[in-house]
Parts: sequence; C-alpha cells; structure tokens
Amino acid sequence: MDNVIPIILGMAAVTYIPRLLPFLMLTNKEIPKRVDIFLKCIPVAAIGALIVPGVFNATPDMPVAGIAGILFALLFGLWKGGIIIPVIGAVVVTYSVLFFGA
Amino acid sequence: MIGTMTREVEQAFKAAIPIFIGYVPAAVAFGILSKGCGITLLQCFLFSAVVFAGASQFIALNLLMTGMGGGGVILTTLLVNFRHFLMSASLSTRVSRMSRKAHVLMAFGVTDEVFSVLSFRKGTLTKRFVFLLELSAYSAWVSGTVAGYILGGFLPDILTKSMGVALYALLLAILVPELRNSIKAVVLAVASGLLNSFLIKLNILPDGWTIIVCILVVALAGTFFMVDDDVREEVYG
Repeated sequence: MDNVIPIILGMAAVTYIPRLLPFLMLTNKEIPKRVDIFLKCIPVAAIGALIVPGVFNATPDMPVAGIAGILFALLFGLWKGGIIIPVIGAVVVTYSVLFFGA
Repeated sequence: MIGTMTREVEQAFKAAIPIFIGYVPAAVAFGILSKGCGITLLQCFLFSAVVFAGASQFIALNLLMTGMGGGGVILTTLLVNFRHFLMSASLSTRVSRMSRKAHVLMAFGVTDEVFSVLSFRKGTLTKRFVFLLELSAYSAWVSGTVAGYILGGFLPDILTKSMGVALYALLLAILVPELRNSIKAVVLAVASGLLNSFLIKLNILPDGWTIIVCILVVALAGTFFMVDDDVREEVYG
C-alpha cells in the first residue's frame, strides 16, 4: 500500500495527544478532593471493563480453555498473590486444556 | 541509595515479564497480519513503533483492507484510544515531581497494561520505574511485530492461543490484592465489567467507547460511595 505512512503518523498523533494532555494539565496542580477520588477510582473501573466480557472469549475456538486459565490466575492470586506465577500458570493451564481437549 | 536503585530496577523488570508474555504473541500476530495485507516491513514497523496501541492497530489494518480512507482510519483510532486520556489523568496525579520533558516521554507509553501495573504499584511512581516498565513493554511490542513480519508464525499455534490469556491474567492478578482489601473495589470492578458487557450487547457505541463510558460511570459512582470512608479517615486519622 502506498500512502499508509501519513495515515500511520496521523494515528500516532491522535493516540499520543490524549495520552499526553492530562500530564500537562494535571501534574503538580492542586486537585479538588472529589476529582482526586474520581481519578483514584479509574483503575478499578478500567480494569473491570478491560477484563469483562473479553476474558470469556480469550480463546475463541474453545472458550473453556481461556476461562480455566483465568480461574487459575484468580484462585492463585487470592491464595498467594503475586503476578508472575498467576500469569505463567494461566498460560500453562490454557495450553494444557487446548492441548488435551482438542 | 544504590540498594533502592537496584531494587527498583529489579521490580520494574519483574513487573514487565507478564506484559512481555502478553505482548509478544499479539505483536507477532500483528506482524503476520500486516504482511498478509500488503504492508511493507517499514510501514509495519512504524505502526508499532509510533502508534504503540495494540487493538487500534488491528482495527486500522482491517479498515484499510475495506478501503476506508485515511481520515476515517485516523478518526476511528482517536475514538478507540481515547480511553488512555482517562488513564493518563489518573496516573498524572501519582507520578513524582519530574521535568516536563519526562512527562512528555512518559505519556507515550501509557497502554492499558502499563497503566494497570503502574496504578496498583504502592507509593509514588518514580521516573526510573515508569521508564523501565514502558521501555520493556515497548521493546516487546516492536520486536514482536518485526519478528512476526519476517519470521511469520514461528510460535506454535496452540502456544500463541494460550498466551492470549496472559494479558487478562495480568490484569486480574493486579486487581486481586485490591479486591481482597476492599469490598468497594469488588463492587466497582464487577459493576464495570457488567456494564461493559451490557453496552457491547447493545452495540450502539463505537469500538473503545464502551470502556470509556464504563470508566466514567463507575468511577463517578465510586466518588459518591468512597467519600464516606475518606472523611472517616480524615477524622480518625
């Protein structure tokens, strides 16, 4: 394709500017308490929506495999915490279900 | 001082491992797909190197294939990636004092996963931690893209598919400690997931905007029932 590069640069600009503006506007400023609480609620709200419903279709050919992996991550996380073992474990569980289930 | 420094470096790399596991197969898939679409290696590299936003890159490829013009592709990208505005807003209040130049660089690396890891790291975010994490995520994304383009499907199909759960597992593992500590966090996260499922079913919002609506609605609701606790904290110390 010929004229893709200008499109890519345009995409880069409209992706970067929204990522940048809050840093220029908010950092080192006094923020009203309400707004601060709102901003602190964003991570939990964002992660909830990033996980559900996508997670139920993480392995589209066989959704149960992905769900099994995620369940492992959830249970291990609740039991012992940590990030690396839940993530690698989830991949291993999903792999096993896909491998033996197919 | 040196102790804190090496500990931070170690923590940053540790935090980057799950992102790496999640990004590489997705980036490889992007490389393979762009080759199939008739994109040159340089263009494919540029996609990942200057846009650095997974979902929107796949969507852009699809749109280019349908023959959509540049304006439409760029507008869609703006809509799909606008959620990062809210994520940067949340992060910007937590970074330590640093130069404007550092902020300008740091903002480039605010992806869903980097944001999630940074959000739940305890304490103020230092320049070193943020940049090491972003740089690791970025290298995984860019190198995976190029590897996918050049090598094609070098990862076994079943492994690529299983690695697709890594990013969800990462987000969940980040969220779990928060859920253990606060019933409100559980309520907010579950509400957000349910609302998102509902909005996707309704199918009236463009890609990426269901998440934006969820963040706005749920975080706003959060400000009302979080307030009590904060006041109590202030009163009782």
